[in-house]
Amino acid sequence: MRDTRAHSRKPGLRLWLSGGWITILVLAALLAPWISPHDPLAQDLFAGRMPPFWQAGADPNYWLGTDSLGRDVLSRILHGARLALTVALIAGVLTCLIGAILGLIAGYYGGWADLVISRLVDIWMAFPPVLFAILLIAVLGTGMTSIIIAIVVIDWTRFARVIRAEAMSQSKMDYVASAQVVGRSRFGTALTEILPNVLPTIVALLTLEMGIAVIVEAILSFVNLSISTDAPTWGGMIAEGRTSVHQAWWVLVFPLVALFFTVLSFSQLGEGLKDHFDPVLR
Amino acid sequence: MSDVIYDVKDLRLSFPDMSRKPILGPAPRIEILKGLTFQIPKGEVLGIVGGSGSGKSTLGRALIRLIEPDSGQIDFEGTDITHMGEEDLRPLRRRFQMIFQDPLSSLNPRRRVGGIIAGPLRLQGLEGIDARVKEALDMVGLPRAFASRYPHELSGGQRQRVGIARAIALRPDFILADEIVSGLDVSSQAQVLNLLEDLVRELGLTLAFISHDLSVIRRLCSRILVLYQGEIVENAATADLFATPTAPYTQELLSAIPLPDPDQVWV
Ligand SMILES: Nc1ncnc2c1ncn2[C@@H]1O[C@H](COP(=O)(O)OP(=O)(O)O)[C@@H](O)[C@H]1O
Ligand SMILES: [Mg+2]
Repeated sequence: MRDTRAHSRKPGLRLWLSGGWITILVLAALLAPWISPHDPLAQDLFAGRMPPFWQAGADPNYWLGTDSLGRDVLSRILHGARLALTVALIAGVLTCLIGAILGLIAGYYGGWADLVISRLVDIWMAFPPVLFAILLIAVLGTGMTSIIIAIVVIDWTRFARVIRAEAMSQSKMDYVASAQVVGRSRFGTALTEILPNVLPTIVALLTLEMGIAVIVEAILSFVNLSISTDAPTWGGMIAEGRTSVHQAWWVLVFPLVALFFTVLSFSQLGEGLKDHFDPVLR
Repeated sequence: MSDVIYDVKDLRLSFPDMSRKPILGPAPRIEILKGLTFQIPKGEVLGIVGGSGSGKSTLGRALIRLIEPDSGQIDFEGTDITHMGEEDLRPLRRRFQMIFQDPLSSLNPRRRVGGIIAGPLRLQGLEGIDARVKEALDMVGLPRAFASRYPHELSGGQRQRVGIARAIALRPDFILADEIVSGLDVSSQAQVLNLLEDLVRELGLTLAFISHDLSVIRRLCSRILVLYQGEIVENAATADLFATPTAPYTQELLSAIPLPDPDQVWV
């Protein structure tokens, strides 16, 4: 008991680091139009492939250098964060809501509701997700809404499965029987007894899903299925940077680093929140 | 009839046997309770004893209608509750309560003790909830400050006291206690049993106390129901049962009780 407590004190650092990065990113995304040093779309063919500020031949106006068309890398990363975070937030929350509600119903109410939902999840998961996504985008057309719909449609099963299993094991606990003993309704029990006990899992899955959404958005941009090619997206930048990695590594590396830290932070944030706010673990 | 809380006639209950379920069609049913008839008078502490799997918990859960019997009749204070729906049961639920075997499972781990005791009170629309919570904690001998603790911050015995506090806070007419000391160490067992004895006396509780351990039952109960494979094989006053057990199974149970002073056997 003591041991686990001593252990779970530490994740404060994890929470601070991941939360800190996400906060910075959110601020950057919100303030991008005002804090970006340049227009992310403005090309300057005379200032193409400028290195970042510490290298020889850098232009101090372009901190993180420019790409082959002379567009400012920093400004494009900041604006790219807008799309990444919007997709992460909307897709994450929608996926979470749909999946968690269905999972809760299946796991707690059982019976035919469970039968229908579980079969649906099984069938759904039989589709290869990448193919599914590309198919969906092909049907829906490119654009942010399509990306979000694709993520929700593909990933709700992840929530449904995990939350169903969790709700099912909670339903067998005597505190659920005890709620019935005192006359709490089925729905009231699901809301006030079961939900607080699956909430830590939901939060961890939600932040994980946000990280996944960022990756999916980047992948779709990378294969040019996201929004218009001009618009600054991390995936699009990585795709462009890849072609000129020997001449201008910074075009590839900086958005890649931003992507990496963001996905990592999202997955760590969930765990950190769980350790910090869950009374049972604390 | 007003001196009888429970009047049970020919109670039968079965569960579907999923292990022998055919691919199509319903599973065959195993009969767990095979026609039980007995009464629980007001103020009595009834012991229900029997081996593991004899149907003690199933009987208890049928009494407070956590499960619905197949047939027979359960009258609670003159009201037939055998097949009553959950909506109709709700106002009655306050009057029969339960203490569970494992408090770690029966207390919601993400609620504070105060909330665990107050929840049922609020649900049943009672007044003066704070005062009632404090009173319940006093009665089970827990410090009032424990109201802000979580279950995992308590010892096993303290947790079981919270389970008792939750049940008595509603001031029920009847309490079912299902193996409530089996999970505790010996000294906590004694303390919880003492507490229960005091509460029975002070509150005039009617109690059904389920246990597989006759020595625990002997101490607390005025009457004992012996269950064997879903049937009542003996229903007698405690003193009579210990003096002249009639059913062979009861004799077997009695011979399994450890002697009070084992030294005497050896010297
Ligand atoms: N929900 C259930 N579904 C199927 N069988 C059950 C269920 N609950 C209990 N049983 C079976 O009923 C029998 C009696 O169980 P129980 O009443 O818990 O016994 P006891 O409390 O005396 O140990 C056991 O054989 C058990 O496997
Ligand atoms: Mg039992």
